[in-house]
Amino acid sequence: MTADIAPGRVPPAELAANFADAHPPLSPHEALVEASRCYYCYDAPCVEACPTGIDIPAFIRKIGSNNLRGSALKILEANIFGGSCARVCPTEILCEAACVRTAEEDRPVRIGALQRRATDWLMEHGPSPFAREAATGKRIAVVGAGPAGLACAHRLARYGHAVTVFEARAKPGGLNEYGIAAYKLADDFAQREVEFILAIGGVAVEYGKSLGRDFNLAELRRDYDAVFLGLGLGGARPLGITGETLAGVRDAVDFIAELRQVEDKARLPIGRRVVVIGGGNTAIDAATQSRRLGAEEVTIVYRRGAAEMSATHKEQDWAQMNGVKIRHWAAPLRLLGEGGQVVGIEFTRTRPDRNGRAEPTGETFVLPADMVFKAVGQVFVPDPLRVDGVPALELDNGRIAVDAERRTSLPGVYAGGDCVAGVDLTVVAVQDGKIAAEAIHRALRG
Amino acid sequence: MADLATTFAGIRSPNPFWLASAPPTDKEYNVVRAFEAGWGGVVWKTLGEDPPIVNVASRYGAVSYNGARLAGFNNIELITDRPLQVNLDEIARVKRNWPDRALVVSLMVPCEEPSWKQILARVEDTGCDGVELNFGCPHGMSERNMGSAVGQVPEYVEMVTAWCKHHSKLPVIVKLTPNVTNILAPARAARAGGADAVSLINTVQSITAVDLDRMAPEPVVDGKGTHGGYCGPAVRPIALRMLADIARDEAMQGLPLSGIGGVGGWHDAAEFIALGAGNVQVCTAAMHHGFRIVEDMIDGLSNWMDGKGYRTIVDFRGAAVRNYVHWGDLNLNFRTLAHIDQSLCIRCGLCYIACEDTSHQAIAARREGSARRYEVVEAECVGCNLCAHVCPVDGCITMVPQPASAPTLTWAEHPNNPQRVTETAE
Ligand SMILES: Cc1cc2nc3c(=O)[nH]c(=O)nc-3n(C[C@H](O)[C@H](O)[C@H](O)COP(=O)(O)OP(=O)(O)OC[C@H]3O[C@@H](n4cnc5c(N)ncnc54)[C@H](O)[C@@H]3O)c2cc1C
Ligand SMILES: Cc1cc2nc3c(=O)[nH]c(=O)nc-3n(C[C@H](O)[C@H](O)[C@H](O)COP(=O)(O)O)c2cc1C
Ligand code: SF4
Repeated sequence: MTADIAPGRVPPAELAANFADAHPPLSPHEALVEASRCYYCYDAPCVEACPTGIDIPAFIRKIGSNNLRGSALKILEANIFGGSCARVCPTEILCEAACVRTAEEDRPVRIGALQRRATDWLMEHGPSPFAREAATGKRIAVVGAGPAGLACAHRLARYGHAVTVFEARAKPGGLNEYGIAAYKLADDFAQREVEFILAIGGVAVEYGKSLGRDFNLAELRRDYDAVFLGLGLGGARPLGITGETLAGVRDAVDFIAELRQVEDKARLPIGRRVVVIGGGNTAIDAATQSRRLGAEEVTIVYRRGAAEMSATHKEQDWAQMNGVKIRHWAAPLRLLGEGGQVVGIEFTRTRPDRNGRAEPTGETFVLPADMVFKAVGQVFVPDPLRVDGVPALELDNGRIAVDAERRTSLPGVYAGGDCVAGVDLTVVAVQDGKIAAEAIHRALRG
Repeated sequence: MADLATTFAGIRSPNPFWLASAPPTDKEYNVVRAFEAGWGGVVWKTLGEDPPIVNVASRYGAVSYNGARLAGFNNIELITDRPLQVNLDEIARVKRNWPDRALVVSLMVPCEEPSWKQILARVEDTGCDGVELNFGCPHGMSERNMGSAVGQVPEYVEMVTAWCKHHSKLPVIVKLTPNVTNILAPARAARAGGADAVSLINTVQSITAVDLDRMAPEPVVDGKGTHGGYCGPAVRPIALRMLADIARDEAMQGLPLSGIGGVGGWHDAAEFIALGAGNVQVCTAAMHHGFRIVEDMIDGLSNWMDGKGYRTIVDFRGAAVRNYVHWGDLNLNFRTLAHIDQSLCIRCGLCYIACEDTSHQAIAARREGSARRYEVVEAECVGCNLCAHVCPVDGCITMVPQPASAPTLTWAEHPNNPQRVTETAE
C-alpha cells in the first residue's frame, strides 16, 4: 500500500475559486439595508462584546448616512486591524452574539460585514488617515510584527514615538499572513493592510531579526526606552503517541503556513485521505483547506463532543458544508506506518468521565490516512526570553505573565497577544497591543 | 362576505379603490390594465385645451427612508400631454367596454366660462360617469392661473364649480389642494357652487432633495430644478387630517368625500373611510408596485370587514369622525402609564435614552454585570408614549390606562385656564 499524495487534484479555475474570498463584501446597497437594521442601541451590548470596544452603533449609523470615511475612522480608532477583524473575527461569539436582534429574532445585524464595508472603502480611498504627533525622541522596540505588535507600534507612532519592529520572518502580519485560512483574507489582504497601517510613518521594521538569536532582552532594554513583546505561540503540541515522525504526519499550522505562502497552490501535494486531530480553529482550517485542495475524504477527529470543541458552531458548520466529516469522542492511540510513510491512525473511542473529560472506552478503530495533521493546540516557547541562559521574565501558566496594563515582571517590558494569557484571537491581540501602547505612552510621558 | 360595492356621488363601482388622476390613468392601455387587475374606477389623467402642454425630463423626486423607496414622492409633471380628441376617443371606448367600472374625467382649463362649457360638452359625449375639477396642481399650471391658483381662492372654486354644474348634467367632484391654511374654505366654496362631492388631497408643494454635487433641487432638468407636488405615504397624515376636518364640519354634512394621499393598502383605505371617505384614490402606490396591489386591497379590506362584522362600506364610513374632537375637548384627568414587558425586552436601551435625554427621566437603566434591565419609574411617567414609539419590539412597551381618579376635566373647566367656564353660584 502506498500513500496517495499528489498535487493538482483540482482544475486551476476551481482551485482559484476555492481560495478566493469565502464571504464576498456587501454591495453598497446591501450595506445600506443592513445598516438600517441596526437599532442604534443606547449602551449597546455589542460594544461590550467587542474586545477592542468599537463603537458599533456609531460606525453603522455613519454607513447609513453615507459617511464612510467617518465610519471607518470610528472603527480604526478602536482597532487598527478593523479590516482583518471584519473578515476573521468569530462574530457569532463576539459582537453579533450580543446584538439585540439575536435576542429578538436570532438574526443579528451583520456587524462584521458592515465593518468590512467601511474599512474597505477607506483603504480604497487614499492614504493613511492618521497623522503623527510631534516627535517625542523616545524609541521603542516591538518584537513580532503580528497583530499585537503592529497595533502597539501604530498607536505609539501616532503619539510621536519612534518604533523599531523586529520580526523573525520575512514578512509582517504574523498569523494574518501565515495562519488564518486563505479564503478569509483573500487577495493578499494581510500585506495590503500592514502597508496601510505602516503608512503612518515612524515605524521601521527589521525582518529576519529574531529575539534570542540575534539579540536579547537585556540589549533591547539597554537600547530602547520601552519594549513590547508580541511573540505569538512558537510551538505546536505533540500528540505524544508513536509514529509522529512518519512522513505525512505534520503540524496543521505548518501545513497552513506553507499553503498560505506557496506561489501556486496547484503544486502543493495533498493526500487523498486526510485525518485532522483536534477541535479548534486550526483543525477546522486545516481540514477545510485540505478539501479545497482536492482531498477526497477529510475527517476531523476530536476526543470530546461538538459542544466542547473550541471551534464555534458556525465554524463546525462551515467545515461540514465543505464536506469535512467530524467524528467526536475518539482519541488517537498510534499512527500506523509502512515504509516510513503514514497509512492510518488507530483511535480509541472515548466517553465523558465524571468531570466531563474524555476517558478511553478501550474500543478501537482505524482510519486509513495518507496525511495526518496535528491540531491539538499551540504552546508558547519561552526560550527567546533567556538572557545568558537565564529566563528573564516570569511566566504564568506557560505564557508571559502581565498585569492589566500588559506590564511584564521586568520594568519597561510589556507583552500582549497570544504569548500572554487570554483568548487566542486576532482582535484580542490587537486590544493587548493597544492597551500596552497606552501604558507605555503614559509611562514615557511621565 | 363583505360587499365592497359603492355608490359615490351617484357613480357606482364594484369596490372603493379608484386610481387617482395621474400617469396610471393617462391612456387607454394603462386604464384597461388597471381594470383587468380589478380597480373599481379611475379618474382619467387631467385633460386640458389643445395644444397640449409639454413635459420635462426628468419628472420625479423621491424620499427614501432607511432603504425603503418612495416613502415620499414628488413630480413636476403637468396635465396630459396628449391631444384632447385622442383622450376623448379612448375614454369613450374604455367606458363602453367596461360599463361596470367608474370612469371619471379630470379637467383643467382656463378660468373662463366658455372654456369650461366647451370641454364639458365634449366630455359628456364620451359617456363617462362624472368629472373631477383639478383645482390642485401646485406647479406649472398654477403659473398659468389654473390648478391650485384656482383652488386657493374660494370664490373661484365656487364660481367654476357653478359653471360646471350649469353646463353639464354629470356629477361634479371638486379636487382640493392642500396648499391652503384652512381646507374648510375651499371645501365649503365647492359645496356652495353645487359640487356633488369633493376629493382630497392633491399634492403638497415640495422640494424632495437637493443634489449636492450639481447644487440643484431634484429632479434636475439640465442643471436646474423646480418645486413639485409631494405625495405617497409621507403625506397620508396631512390628508387624513384635512379629510377629517371636512367630515366633521357642520356645513359639509352629507357631501361625499373621496380620500386621496398615501393610500397604499387596505388598512390605509379603512382609515380614510373611518374618517368619512366614501372611497379612496391611489396614485403613488400603483406607480411604485403596479396595478396588482389592488388585489390585496380588496381582499384585505373584505377580510377585515368580515372580522368586524361590517357588511358594507357604509357600515363603518365616518365611524371615527365623532371621536375626532378639538384638543380642548380631551379629558385632562385621563392617566396612562408606560409598561415594559421584560420577557419581550431586547435591552436596546432606546426607551431609556429617549426618555432620559428628551423627556421625563421616567425609565431607570439598571445593570447587573452585563445584564441590562430597563424599568419604568411610574412616579415620573407622564404617559406621553414616546418610549412605546421608539421601542423596536411590537407589544413590548404598552400604555396602560389607569383607573379614573377624578371626573372628566377639559381645558375649558381647568383651573389653569384664565378663560375657564366657572359655574356661577346660585
Ligand atoms: C490556523 C489558525 C487560524 C486562526 N484563525 C483565526 C481566525 O479565524 N480568527 C481569529 O480571530 N483568530 C484566528 N487565529 C488566532 C490569531 O491568528 C492569533 O490570535 C493572532 O494572530 C495573535 O496575534 P499575535 O500578534 O499575538 O501573534 P502572531 O500573529 O503569531 O504574531 C507573532 C509574530 O511574532 C514573530 N515572532 C515570534 N517569535 C519571534 C522572535 N523570537 N523574534 C522576532 N519575531 C518573533 C512571528 O514571526 C510573528 O510574526 C488563528 C490561529 C491559527 C493558528
Ligand atoms: C406623476 C404625478 C402626476 C399627477 N398628475 C395629476 C393630474 O394630472 N391631475 C390631478 O388631479 N392630480 C395629479 N396628481 C396627483 C394625484 O392624483 C394624487 O392626488 C396625489 O398623488 C396623492 O395621492 P398618492 O399619495 O396616492 O399618490 C399627480 C400625481 C403624480 C405623482
Ligand atoms: S411614557 Fe413618556 S414619560 Fe413615560 S416612560 Fe415612556 S417616554 Fe418616559
